[in-house]
Amino acid sequence: MTAVARAGRAARRGVLPALVRSPRGAVTGGFLLLLLLACALAPVSAPADPLHQDLHHVLQLPTTGHWLGTDSLGRDVLSRLLYGGRSTLVGVAEGVAAQLLVAVPLGVTAGYLGGRFDRIVMRAADLVMSVPAIVILLAILSIFDRSITAAMITFGVLGGSGMLRMVRGTAMAVRRELYVSAAELLGLSRTQIVFRHILPRCRGTVIVQSSLFAAVSIGVQTGLTFIGLGPPPPAPTWGGMINESVLTVTEDPWLLAPAGVLIALTVLALGILGDVVRDVTAQSHTSSGGLLAKPVSRRAVPPRMLPGPDPVLLSLRDLAVSFRTPAGDAEMLTRVSFDLDSGQTLGLVGESGSGKSVTARTILRILDRNGTVTAGTVRFRGRDLLSAGQRELEELRGSRIALISQEPMTALDPSFRIGAQLREIVRRHGKLSRRDADRRVRELLATVELPDPEEIARRFPFQISGGMAQRVAIAAALAGSPELLVADEPTTALDVTVQADILALLRRLQRETGMAVLIVTHDWGVVADFCTHVAVMYAGEVVESAPVAEIFDRSAHPYTRALIATSPENATRRTPIRAIGGSVPPPGARPSGCRFRDRCPMAEEDCAEREIPMIGIRAGHRSRCIHTKALEAHG
Amino acid sequence: MLRLIANRIAMSIPLLLLVSLIVFALEALVPGDAAQTILGQNATPASVAALSKQLGLTEPWFERYGHWLAGAVHGDLGTSIINGVDVTSSLATRTGVTLSLLVPGLLLSAVVGIALGFAAAVRGGLLGRFIDLVTLLGFALPGFWIALIMVIVFAVRLGWLPATGYQPLTEDPLGWLRSIVLPVIALSLNGITAVAKQTRDAVLDVLEADYVRFLRANGVSSRSLHYRHVLRNAAIPVVTSLGLIAVGMLTGAVFIENVFVLPGLGSLATQATLDHDVPLILGVGVVLTLAVILVNFLIDIAYGFLNPKVRVS
Repeated sequence: MTAVARAGRAARRGVLPALVRSPRGAVTGGFLLLLLLACALAPVSAPADPLHQDLHHVLQLPTTGHWLGTDSLGRDVLSRLLYGGRSTLVGVAEGVAAQLLVAVPLGVTAGYLGGRFDRIVMRAADLVMSVPAIVILLAILSIFDRSITAAMITFGVLGGSGMLRMVRGTAMAVRRELYVSAAELLGLSRTQIVFRHILPRCRGTVIVQSSLFAAVSIGVQTGLTFIGLGPPPPAPTWGGMINESVLTVTEDPWLLAPAGVLIALTVLALGILGDVVRDVTAQSHTSSGGLLAKPVSRRAVPPRMLPGPDPVLLSLRDLAVSFRTPAGDAEMLTRVSFDLDSGQTLGLVGESGSGKSVTARTILRILDRNGTVTAGTVRFRGRDLLSAGQRELEELRGSRIALISQEPMTALDPSFRIGAQLREIVRRHGKLSRRDADRRVRELLATVELPDPEEIARRFPFQISGGMAQRVAIAAALAGSPELLVADEPTTALDVTVQADILALLRRLQRETGMAVLIVTHDWGVVADFCTHVAVMYAGEVVESAPVAEIFDRSAHPYTRALIATSPENATRRTPIRAIGGSVPPPGARPSGCRFRDRCPMAEEDCAEREIPMIGIRAGHRSRCIHTKALEAHG
Repeated sequence: MLRLIANRIAMSIPLLLLVSLIVFALEALVPGDAAQTILGQNATPASVAALSKQLGLTEPWFERYGHWLAGAVHGDLGTSIINGVDVTSSLATRTGVTLSLLVPGLLLSAVVGIALGFAAAVRGGLLGRFIDLVTLLGFALPGFWIALIMVIVFAVRLGWLPATGYQPLTEDPLGWLRSIVLPVIALSLNGITAVAKQTRDAVLDVLEADYVRFLRANGVSSRSLHYRHVLRNAAIPVVTSLGLIAVGMLTGAVFIENVFVLPGLGSLATQATLDHDVPLILGVGVVLTLAVILVNFLIDIAYGFLNPKVRVS
C-alpha cells in the first residue's frame, strides 16, 4: 500500500479518532481545547477583573489568591493571561481562516486543472513567498490604526503559499489516480470530483499546515503586541504583558515567566499536533523531532556455536525481520532458511511483498532504519553477520559480498561523477594511488563492456542510460572481487533487450570469477537461464527450495506451481495469461497454518491447523506443504 | 545556471513592485486618509484638508504611486510625512545595523542548524534526543522572550555584554561585536531550529536513498557516506529552504531590534508604524525586499554549485 493510499484511507476514516487515540495527540489536543475554553469563557473562568488594580499588592509571586501572582499595578496575572489569550487566539483563528480561504480553493483548482492557470498561480505563490511579510504587516498596522485583526488576516494570506503548494500537490496526485479518471468517465462533474474525491484527501495536509501556521502566527501576534503595535494598554495581550514586565524585570523576573511559558506551550502544542496529524494521515519517519517517538532498537541475537571447518559460503537459518510502522510492528520475514555455496547461483523467487528484497538486504545488513532482525542467523563462511560490528561489516561489504540493485538509475550518487564514485570504491579495496585507482576504474568499466570508459567516468549518473548505469553498478560491485554477489532484481527496471545483455554479462562474469550469486527475481526465464538452485518465498517465509531442474519438473508446492504456470513465458498465443487469484497477505493479515491456503486450489482443513514445517522431499529439495503426495499424484 | 540567474532577476522586479503596490493600494482602500489619522479624530475638517493637500494625498493613489516609482528608480524614496526627512538618507544610516544582525544571524543559523540536524539524524541516541529537545524549545519559545532572558542573565546579572545599544563596525570593531552577540543569538534561535529540522528530515531521506544503500553495500564507509555523500545531497533542499528562513528572520529582526534598542530598520519601521509614516515604512520595505532578493540570488548560486544537473546543463 502506498503512503498516499494510506493517507486517503486515514482521511476517510476521520482524523479526529486517530488523533485522540495517539497519546501525543490527546495531550496536545486536550491542552489546546482547555486553553481555548478558558480564554473564551474568561469572564467566568478568570478569577479577577484583568484591569482591576490593587496597588497594595503589586509584583506578588504566586499566592492562593493570585495563582500566577500580580503585576506592577497589582493586577491578577492569570486573569490578564486568559483575557489576553482571547485576542491572540482570535487573531490566529482569523489568520488561519484567511489562509484556508485563499490557499485551498486556489490550490485545488490549480492542481486539478493544471495547465496555464496552474502555472500562473504557482508563479504568483513563488512571488508572494518572497515578500517580507513584516513590512506589509507594519504598513497594515499603520494604515488600519493598529488593527491586529487586519494584520493577522494579511499574514494569513501572505503565508498561504506553503499550504497552497501542498494542497495543489495532493490535488494533482489524486487527479492522476485511476478511480478519479474512472469517476470522470462515469460523468461526474468537476465540482463533484473536487468535493467527493479531492477535498477529503487534502484534509490531512490542510490540518497539518494550519496547525504549523497557527504556531508561527502566535509568534508574530505576540511579537507585534510586544513591540506595542497591538491594542493599546491597559488592554491585556500576551506580548504586551511581556513588554510590561521588562520595566520591573530586575526586581521581579517572575513576571516574564507566565506569558512566555504559555506562549511556548501553545506553540509547542500546535507544532506537535501538526506532527501527529501528519503521522496518522501519512507515514513519515520524522515526528516532532522524535522527542516522544520510540527509539529503534536491535534486539540482541544470541551468539551460537561456530560450525566445523570449511563451512558453507552463505547460510540463513530461521531469519525473522520486523519493521516498525505507525500501525505497529510488522513481521516481514519469519523463519527464512537457505544455503548457498561457492560457485552456485540461487534464485530467490516470489511475488512482490513476499520478502525477497528484505532477505537480500538483511544479508548485507543494509535494512532501513525501521527494520530489525528479531531472530535467526546469517552466516557467511561460518561467521555470524548479525553479530558483526560496524567495522567488520564495512570491511566485508564490497570485498567479500557485493550488491547490485533494482534501480540502476538511482544506485549512484547523483552529485558525484561516475569516475569519482568508482575510484572511492576501488580505493576502499586496496591502497592505490589516485592514478592507479583511475586506471583500475577504466579497467572495470571495460570489463563490463562499456564503450569509452574514459568518457563514462567523466559523466554524472543522470547523463547515462539505465542499461549503462547497471553496467557501472556491476563494475562497482566487482571492484572488490567478491565471493558472493547479491543481485536484487537486476534487470526488472530495464528494457527487454537490455535485460538479456545484462544477464549475459552477469553469466560471463560469474564464469570468469567463480563467484556465487544470489539473484532476486520474479522472472522464471532468469531462473531457468542462470540459476543452479531456487528458493521460493511467500508471505515472509521460504515455501520451497530445490535445485533448479527439480523446481521446473517436480515442484512440491502449489504456490511454486502456480507461479510457474502464471509466468508469461508459459503463455501461449491467444490464451490470456493466467494469474493467481488474490494477493500476498500483508504481515498483519496472514492466515494461521499454511499462509498460502486462502489462495491454494488444494487447501484442506488440516492446512489451517498448525504451522507447516519445511518437509524434505528428496535430497536438497524441501517444501512447506503437507499435501505433496496429492500434488505429485496431480502431476 | 545562467537561466536560473536570469529567472531570478526577472522575478525580483515584480517582487519589488508587488511590495510597494500592496502598500499604496491598501492606503487608498482605507476610509479617511493619513492626514486624518495623523491629526486624530478631533481635528477640524479644514486642518485635515490642508494637511492632505500638503502631503499630496488629494491625488488619486495610482498617480501618487507613479510619482513614487519615478523617484524610487532614481534612489529617491520620498520624504517622511512626520518630519520631512529624506527617506533614503534615514535608511542609509540604519541599514548597516540591521545587516549586522541578519548576515551573521543567517550564517549562524545555517552552520549551527545544519550541524545539529545532521548530528540528530545520523547519531540518534542520547545526543539525537537532546538535539531534538533543543530544537523543539527553539521552535516554541519566542525569540524576543529569549532575548529578554539573555539580557537578564548575560547583561544585567553577569555584566558580560551590553544590554542595549549599538557600536558601528567601522568605529569600534570590538564594541560592534559585543553589541551584536546577544541580538544575533536571539535572532538565530528560530532560524537554527528551522534549519536543523530541515536538515534532519533531508538527511533521513537521503540516508534511505537507493544510492546510499548501494554504496554502503559495496564497501563505502559510513564516514564517507555521511560526510561526503549524504551531507552533499541533503544540503540541496536545506539550502533551498534558507530563502524562506531568511524572510522569516526579517520579522524576528524587527522584534529583536526593539528588545535591544538597536537603531536599525526594524525599530525605525516600528516608530514609523506608530506615527503612520507610510513613506518611511515603504522605504524600509524596499530595502528589506532587496535583501531578500540578494539572499535568494546567493542561494541560487549555491544551489547551482551543489546540483550538477543545473551546473552541467
